[in-house]
Formats: sequence, structure tokens, C-alpha cells
Amino acid sequence: MTTHAPAPPGAPVPAPDRTHSPVPRPRRTAARAASVFLSTHPRTRLALLLGAPLFWLGVVYIVALVLLLVTAFWTVDSFTGEISQEWTLDNIITVLTGSLYQTVTLRTLGVALLVTLIDVVLALPIAFFMAKVATPRMQRILVIAVLTPLWASYLVKAYAWRSVLSQDGILEWLVAPFGGSTPGYGLPATIITLSYLWLPYVILPIYAGLERVPDSLLEASADLGGRTWPTIRLVVFPLVLPAIIAGTIFSFSLSLGDYITVNIVGGANQMLGNLVYTNVGAANNLPLASAIALIPIVIIFGYLFLVRRTGALDNL
Amino acid sequence: MRLSRLSRTTLGIVTGLILVIVYVPLFVVLVNSFSTSTSLTWPPPGFTLEWWGRAFQSAGAMEAVWTSVQIAVIATIISLVLGTLISLALQRFSFFGRDAISLLIILPIALPGIITGIALNNFFRTIMGVPLSIWTVVIAHATFCIVTVFNNVIARLRRQGTNLEEASADLGAGVWTTFRLITFPQLRSALLAGGLLAFALSFDEIIVTTFTAGSGVTTLPIFILNNMFRPNQAPIVSVIAVVLVVVSIIPIYIAQRLSGSEQQRR
Repeated sequence: MTTHAPAPPGAPVPAPDRTHSPVPRPRRTAARAASVFLSTHPRTRLALLLGAPLFWLGVVYIVALVLLLVTAFWTVDSFTGEISQEWTLDNIITVLTGSLYQTVTLRTLGVALLVTLIDVVLALPIAFFMAKVATPRMQRILVIAVLTPLWASYLVKAYAWRSVLSQDGILEWLVAPFGGSTPGYGLPATIITLSYLWLPYVILPIYAGLERVPDSLLEASADLGGRTWPTIRLVVFPLVLPAIIAGTIFSFSLSLGDYITVNIVGGANQMLGNLVYTNVGAANNLPLASAIALIPIVIIFGYLFLVRRTGALDNL
Repeated sequence: MRLSRLSRTTLGIVTGLILVIVYVPLFVVLVNSFSTSTSLTWPPPGFTLEWWGRAFQSAGAMEAVWTSVQIAVIATIISLVLGTLISLALQRFSFFGRDAISLLIILPIALPGIITGIALNNFFRTIMGVPLSIWTVVIAHATFCIVTVFNNVIARLRRQGTNLEEASADLGAGVWTTFRLITFPQLRSALLAGGLLAFALSFDEIIVTTFTAGSGVTTLPIFILNNMFRPNQAPIVSVIAVVLVVVSIIPIYIAQRLSGSEQQRR
């Protein structure tokens, strides 16, 4: 462990009247020597700091991701179920041309986009109210109110919507007198539940972004004659855009890979995650599963690449 | 910008409405945990405490809680150490590849859980030949928990600056003394907040967990998922759900207190 002060090396100032100084010279111990060495060698400090985390992320994560790519080009022996490391494009071709995969990809993409849109539309007013309208006391209560469901288990929330949307559930009970009925389990239920699940993840970055917008800017805009709407559009929105995009990364990416919510409330519908899951488990075809998994990877990286320049990644 | 009274009220009402929608499903689960119906019927035909008693006697549920706690604690400790190291490196040094590293840290949560899950599953099983166990889950969880610690610690480091550490060095403290007496105390509440988040993230994770857990490893989310569709177990799942939400209020309260005291200091 090291300190991180970029202090000039050779710290103790050589005082001319050292004999009168009440401060004793530090004893030379191994720890002291190591400390002096580290404070004069910033690159060594950096290497020591970065070593362990980079080893972990590099070996565990990056290598695993790269090997996932590689596995997509292997194949499974249909007799033994063992993976044979023969290079083939079969899996990729299957995934790109199979009508099942095309349908499911489009469906998943549609669900993810809709969920993201719904979340942003819901998050903007609530984040704005929290950051700019509410009193400090109210603000704290609201932050807790938004955070609490975030800490509630993912499964609990999906299960809660299963209860709400069930044929005998509270929604049916509420809307039946007005001639409505619950959408039941299916794609609409999946979209509702996913929007619900990721809403706090979208609210929080937008709220944090709005908090960072200084009130003085809003006052300046008002003083210059800017009315509410132009101020929001020309002052607030450009400043908060990176935070909004940061929020969309969460909802988009989390929806794209989800397969459990769709199992719980989605009826018989499948998303990309379900196809991956079946091929890892029941079908025991990891190479095909890897090839399917490449679809969301490509989409997410495309999205990250698009938004890279907005500075959204610093807002995560 | 001066918001009119009307737009303030409208915003307030919209906020209130959204919060109602956020809490109704949780409320339904609470009521269902006392319902005599096992099929999520609303309104409940009658009320009973049977499920609460059964849930606390359920050996499977208790074991699952214990497994989840163990995994979350170890994963949190690992992510605290790694997250602190990497945030010190990225905040206090500028070097080639720094942006790449900060992207690398957020990647495990920016990519869908299923990608992380299948990549690690493939890595452990086909490449390394390691059987899935509780440790493979810990490794997976620690990987995506690093980012929460990193976010909290680097924000604190950015705000704190290096003045105090420089003063400490000028007064003759070595690197280790400075870390122990200056840097660490300043980071303590950020570490607590980051650690709490990491713990919660790990405790709740289901997707990566299903791909990396050995056959004997049942975390609480796995237990919930396995029992959710069984008619006789569903009310017990409701009970566990309610307990989880109530218990989760404690870390939120602590985290709020921490950030609150900070705002006053500012």
C-alpha cells in the first residue's frame, strides 16, 4: 500500500539548525526504506496499485469474454456432447440466417428500446422534481423512496408484478369495473415489469446529473428572459444529456440480456437470453449459445460506441 | 428559471403517482404473504399467519440465506480491496490506457448479465476444467461488484484532493503511515457505502449466479426462483420477499446517514 501524494521526493527539509530541532530523525527501518523508495518511484507505485485489479479483471473477465468469442467458432460433437475445437462458421451462419434468431433478436431489441423509452419518460419528471423543486428534507425522503425498491430483490419485484397482473390479481380487480382487463402474461407484461425493474437505475443518474446543474445558471437564464421551457431545452437538457444516456445504458443493456422476467411474466415468449440459457443448459451446446450471445454484445458495443463522445460513461 | 405554481404542482403529482405505482406491487406482495389463497387471488379470501411460520421453519430458505450471505461477504471484501486499489491508481496517476481501464471496470455491469454469466461459465467449465462451486460464484460476483466500490471511492478521492496527504508527507510520514492516518479515514464512509452496494448487488444477483453456481449451491435468489411456481411454496416466497424489503431498509438508512453528514460538512 502506498500514499499517493505526488510530493517532491526527499521530503524532510534539511534544516541548518538540525542540532536544535526537537524532531528526531526517523530511524532507518525496512518499512522506512520501502516508503522512501515508493515515494521516489511513482511508476512502481502505479504498478503496485494496478497489478492485482488488472490481473483480476484481465484474467477473469477479458480472457473469458475473448474465449466466448472463440468458442462461438467451435462445434459440439453430436454423439458425445463434448466440445470439439474445430474451426467452423456454422454457428454464426445459423444465428445470422435462422428465422427464429432474427425474430427473437428483433423482439428483444424492440422490448429493450421500449423499456428504455418508458423509463426515461418516467424518470425525467421525478428526477427533476427531486433535484430542483423539492425542499432538502423532501429530497432526502424521495431519494430513500426511490432507492428502497432498488434494494428489494429483482425476483421479488418480478414476482410482485406476476401477482399484480395475474387473472385474479389486483389490476383485474381495479379495472374490471371500468370494463378493462389485465394484459395477462405476455410481451406487454414483460415490458411493464422490465420498465419497473430498471426505473431506479435510470432515475438516479438523471437525478445526480440535475443536481450538478447549478441553480445560478437557471437564475441567469430567467434573468435573461428565458422562460421555463426554453430554459429546460437550452440550458438544462444539454447539461443533463450525458446523465440521461448513462441511465439508458443500464435499462437498455439489462433488458437486452434478461431472460428471467420473461420467464416469470412473459408467457411463452422468448428473448435472446432464453435462447442462450436453453443452449447452455438443456441443449448443452455452448458454441451455439456463445454465437447467440454475440448478438447482444455487438448491439451493446455499438451503443456504447455511439454514446462514447457524449461523456455518458463518466456518469455511470 | 422560475417554475410556475402550476408546473410545480403537476411535477409533484406526477412524482407522487409514479411512487404509488412503484410501491403498489410491493404492497400486494405484503398482503399476499398473509393471504389464505395460494394462487395470488385479489382481494385475499382470508388472512393467515401460516406462511410466516412456515417460512421461518423452512430449512431450505435458511440455508439459502446463509449461502447468499457467505458469497456476498467474500465478494464484497474482494471488491473493496480491488476497487480501492484501482480507484487510487486511476485518480492519482495519469497514464496511457487509463480510459480503457475505466471502461474495463464498468463493462461487467454495462454488458447484460447473461453475457458475463455465459462467458464465465464457458471459462470455468470448458477452458479451465474447473467444476462450478460456491467459489466460482464468488469470483463472478466480485468481478461486477468492483464497479460500485470504484464509483464511490473515486468520487471521494476526486473531492478530497491531495493537500492533506502532501502535508502528511512533508511532516515526515511514510507512505504507509499516510495511508493509515490520512487517506483511509477519509475514504472510510465511501468504502462503507460502496461495500453496502456491493453486498446488496451480490445478495440479489440471479442471472450470473445461475450460470456460475454449482449444482449444490442454492443462493436465496435461486431458492426463490425454484419455489416461485410451486403453488404451496408461493406464499412462502411472498414472506421472504417482504422480509428482504424490510431488511434492505437498514443499509439504505446507513447510506443516507453517511451521505447526509457529508452534505452538512460541505
